[in-house]
Amino acid sequence: MESLSFDLSQTALREVNQFLHGADLASKVSKVSITQPDGKHAIAAGLNADVEVEIDGHAGYYAAGMNQLARVTITGSAGTGVAENMMSGSVHVKGFASNAAGATAQGGLLVIDGDAGLRCGISLKGADIVVGGSVGSFSAFMAQAGNLVILGDAGEALGDSIYEARIFVRGKVKSLGADCEEKTMGDAEKKILADLLARAGHKDVSVDSFKLYGSARTLYNFHVDNAGAY
Amino acid sequence: MSDNKSIPQTQPRFSATFDPYTMSEIRRAAATGIYDIRGGGAKRKLPHFDDLLFLGASVSRYPLEGYREKCGTDVVLGTRFAKKPIHLKTPVTIAGMSFGALSAQAKEALGRGASQVGTSTTTGDGGMTPEERGQSKILVYQYLPSRYGMNPNDLRRADAIEVVVGQGAKPGGGGMLLGQKISPRVAKMRCLPEGIDQRSACRHPDWTGPDDLEIKIQELREITDWEKPIYVKVGATRPYFDVALAVKAGADVVVLDGMQGGTAATQEVFIEHVGIPILAAIRPAVQALQDLGLHRKVQLIVSGGIRNGADVAKALALGADAVAIGTAALIALGDNDPHLEEEYRKLGTTAGAYDDWHEGRDPAGITTQDPELSKRLDPVKAGRRLANYLSVMTMEAQVIARACGKSHLLNLEPEDLVALTVEAAAMARVPLAGTSWVPGQQGY
Ligand SMILES: Cc1cc2nc3c(=O)[nH]c(=O)nc-3n(C[C@H](O)[C@H](O)[C@H](O)COP(=O)(O)O)c2cc1C
Repeated sequence: MESLSFDLSQTALREVNQFLHGADLASKVSKVSITQPDGKHAIAAGLNADVEVEIDGHAGYYAAGMNQLARVTITGSAGTGVAENMMSGSVHVKGFASNAAGATAQGGLLVIDGDAGLRCGISLKGADIVVGGSVGSFSAFMAQAGNLVILGDAGEALGDSIYEARIFVRGKVKSLGADCEEKTMGDAEKKILADLLARAGHKDVSVDSFKLYGSARTLYNFHVDNAGAY
Repeated sequence: MSDNKSIPQTQPRFSATFDPYTMSEIRRAAATGIYDIRGGGAKRKLPHFDDLLFLGASVSRYPLEGYREKCGTDVVLGTRFAKKPIHLKTPVTIAGMSFGALSAQAKEALGRGASQVGTSTTTGDGGMTPEERGQSKILVYQYLPSRYGMNPNDLRRADAIEVVVGQGAKPGGGGMLLGQKISPRVAKMRCLPEGIDQRSACRHPDWTGPDDLEIKIQELREITDWEKPIYVKVGATRPYFDVALAVKAGADVVVLDGMQGGTAATQEVFIEHVGIPILAAIRPAVQALQDLGLHRKVQLIVSGGIRNGADVAKALALGADAVAIGTAALIALGDNDPHLEEEYRKLGTTAGAYDDWHEGRDPAGITTQDPELSKRLDPVKAGRRLANYLSVMTMEAQVIARACGKSHLLNLEPEDLVALTVEAAAMARVPLAGTSWVPGQQGY
């Protein structure tokens, strides 16, 4: 099957994205490369086809936003909101990611090899995120479902107001947010973690070197004695 | 010494400050330890469209013949950047109200009623339901901070996208849906456990500030191939600046919601004390559009306490392109109807005053997720009532426009209006009736 390349310094982003949104894309091409991304925003956003897309360089905000089915690789770093609201497929950032990486993502796998900024996995709704480095403060804020795996450290207020998402951290946690607590990791969680580490390409990392965090569920229904937590 | 009994007694007198409602609220707070939550909009009297009057035509102006000479009511929204702008037959639209807050039947009825008269409905927190998409010919998809149920397929299925920054009942606040209404279907759509209280975020998770908003709007356009109009909805607080920034960020349409605007559930203190009345917000918003040279190019939809064709005509005369209704639409469907008085009594209230919408026990089957109660609302009949009501509002606005000599509702202008109170004159920037005095203008 064909592979295609677009040079964003020559072709308008709008044209490239429209091509990527075309009907039956997956039957026409198997791989699309995008060169000279130069920090442009919304590159490869809104894809809905089982194709491979490589962004060769640094991407701006919302790269691969709302991704469905596609397998997107960013060889450089990604700006705010990479893979935000992803539904399925995968996004792999080989460099660093800025704020709100994987925000509200509902499905699929986001892999960040470097560090991620503030609010990584904010309002996560079911997707999986594996960060090779550290994450900034307020990560997994109000995270509803899914898994956030952090091989490095986490900043302040990790998992504030978290619902049913899981957070696995190998390094240090600066502080936990309201209603987030450490949990004991059972076999089921270990399996989830091992699987995610393998899919993200982290071989030889022991699941036992991680701690698990989740919701203490004290804020699920308002109680006057918890008013101080709000 | 006179006999005490013969001294006339003063009547028992309630304090204007500590009135019976205020005292009941203090007792309620003391008993429960939690603020009062309710639905609806501000209930106290505020400067409003009732404080404005139209100057009909007379010797100096001349009117159009009622029923004979045409008075257009159609509006086009989203002409700035979108490839597929929205064409409405009436400038009265249905505001965003969430499935979760409202039953599926109520959402369906809104879609049916709006489609019959050629106007749009709007989704809300919690996502798009097939009932609503199925019945709404023109559906605006809200993009909210919570992103509950936010799905790119629905984004593409929508006719327009509304980025919600805030709403008039609670500018600066997030959504609230309490456990009683988190049915299995609502829980699934929002990806949350059943029965827990949902306090939605008030800030968008992946952008902060107007510069980011511009990039967010660009993303939404890229994802939908620049087809759909993008609205930005704000609660009325600093309308001049908020509208200017929304326009700068690339909005096709700005939705401005005043403090009378309804909500599904919010703290009473928030509803009554944050934000400004829509009457005070329209002129600064229009001023911002005019200063940018974009009045009528970026369309303005206003809402908050719109009830009849006069309100519609006044909003348009002040410079809006369309209006949105929430509360009035629910009343047309059958909310707070006196025929349910007995049931409202059982809930400790009375028809017309029922506002505990967050509890999900609405006897009219509208603000509930209870399957038995929801079933009471017949979406076909309720939709018909809404269509009738929307037609009446449109015709009423036409009556006024013709009387002012206008061949289209959008030709109404501030010069057609005067104010009954000094406050309304200052806010609406029209003269006090019978004078040429516009408070705050020309140095007075
Ligand atoms: C039951 C109900 C639910 C609402 N849900 C939302 C919502 O999900 N998103 C939103 O932006 N506004 C919501 N609103 C506000 C309306 O969109 C609109 O701004 C307001 O109702 C207009 O004022 P009115 O009720 O006086 O007509 C809701 C209002 C009501 C009454």
